[in-house]
Amino acid sequence: MTRDWSRAPPAMMPLLLVAPLVVFMLAFYALPVVAMLMRSVSDPVWSVANYAALPEDVVFLKTFSNTFYTSLIVTVATLLMAYPVALALVRAPRWAPLILVLILLPFWTSVLVRSYAWMVLMGRHGLINEALTAAGLLERPLRILNTPLATQIAMTHILLPYMILPIANALRQIDPSLLRASSGLGAPPWRTFMQVTLPLSMPGVAAGVLLVFVLALGFYITPAMVGGPREITLSMLIAQQVDHLNWAYAATLSAVLLATSLALIGICYRLPGVGNAFRMNVR
Amino acid sequence: MMATRLLPATVVGLILLFLVLPIVVVMVVSFSSATYLTFPPPAFGLKWYEAYFSSADWLRPTWLSIWVAAVVVVLSTVLGTLAALGISRLPNALRVVVAGLVLSPLIVPGIVVAIGIYYAFSRYGLVGSPIGLILAHTCLSVPFVVTSVSASLAGIDPRLGHAALSLGATPRATFFQVTLPLIRPGVLVGALFAFIHSFDELIVALFISGSGAVTLPRRMWDDLRFQIDPTIAAVSTLTIVLTAALMWGAHLLRKHAERQLTKMG
Repeated sequence: MTRDWSRAPPAMMPLLLVAPLVVFMLAFYALPVVAMLMRSVSDPVWSVANYAALPEDVVFLKTFSNTFYTSLIVTVATLLMAYPVALALVRAPRWAPLILVLILLPFWTSVLVRSYAWMVLMGRHGLINEALTAAGLLERPLRILNTPLATQIAMTHILLPYMILPIANALRQIDPSLLRASSGLGAPPWRTFMQVTLPLSMPGVAAGVLLVFVLALGFYITPAMVGGPREITLSMLIAQQVDHLNWAYAATLSAVLLATSLALIGICYRLPGVGNAFRMNVR
Repeated sequence: MMATRLLPATVVGLILLFLVLPIVVVMVVSFSSATYLTFPPPAFGLKWYEAYFSSADWLRPTWLSIWVAAVVVVLSTVLGTLAALGISRLPNALRVVVAGLVLSPLIVPGIVVAIGIYYAFSRYGLVGSPIGLILAHTCLSVPFVVTSVSASLAGIDPRLGHAALSLGATPRATFFQVTLPLIRPGVLVGALFAFIHSFDELIVALFISGSGAVTLPRRMWDDLRFQIDPTIAAVSTLTIVLTAALMWGAHLLRKHAERQLTKMG
């Protein structure tokens, strides 16, 4: 080493430390994405015509509303399932280690493997059909795989931990003396829950809802594997257009998807407590 | 009284069953002796593990995924740790911009990143080569290193560094003998996360691995398009066990580091 970098002026040090990563990420990630997105305004000629065509584009409108609807269903389903589990995780300390393992094991398994697991479960001769037929509830196998319902079930499964963890964090931060005060003053458990626990856990709920909804909007692997070709999502439409080398359209759709995600995060981030809860949970 | 406690417990139990059942089913199917996918399996055996370990078509992508992830770990740990050290000391406005860029892969939809990288890399001959995968996976894995190291740094008492400097240690000695040992658990956790993220990554690989750099998730995806024989269940079970072991290691490391920090404080 000819020059001792640790003797650089102190104000320069942080810049020198972040520079290698910033250059690397600009070159191999940010600029490629920006260059691709530029095709939406530069192809075939410089204009906003690609965007102007979207409000009358039936395929886009149908796909966009389907993606939004799927994300909505998945967000509601995960919220309803996550709250009781988060409550048990925080309020039943004896069971907490077991509950945590049961949440984390699927959380750490790749999306591909979990989607495959649902293919096994929901197939014509999968566990669900075999069990229902054996129980005499079905005469012939149900068609679940390759339907929107399959996408909704598998995505709910995959995103559930993202809802549980922020809610559990918010519940953990509630001062137990508030709960004691409430019941000491004569409130029945349900009233303590409705008027103390639930309102105080709202930042965690909002962070979970935001996280799950935004992640669901961009889902690709799961709907492509279990959802079938009819009700496609925005991500699948984008991939299709790239396969057809229709870069202008793919770039326009990508810009819409990205802008929607960023706008949702931008709006919700300003709600009190949500920004913090969200930051804590983006791993 | 019993009913009011039993009902919530049953609901929670059913939801937890929903969470683990798919994983358990894949593991059980992987030990099936049937030649097709059926549940429950008629008999058990190691047939599909033998099929996996004796097939070059499966082992080649496995090794590629492992060594791509290993290089990604080195690159993202070095770049990410240096950046984390710098980010906390940047002036405010610049810090927001740099942190925004570095952490953005966590929220930008995977398909947008994947086709952007495909769009640019195809022009530079980086499609179908492990180098392209390494460059892309490093960008996507580095946020885990930065967040993990930053969390460790935030937990360090700045007076420790000041003490070393005032006792005459050079900045370099202070870094290697004080700061680095304190953030080591954070660096290791980040490295483990980076490994798993690269090893499991599929969307970018779908677009840029071509036919020359097929990773394990890509190989599984291709296989699922044509058939769902239980070999994939065996591969899945192996990857579940591998990632669970690594993540459990990261979990213990982080707990250990937290305990040390509270002991010092």
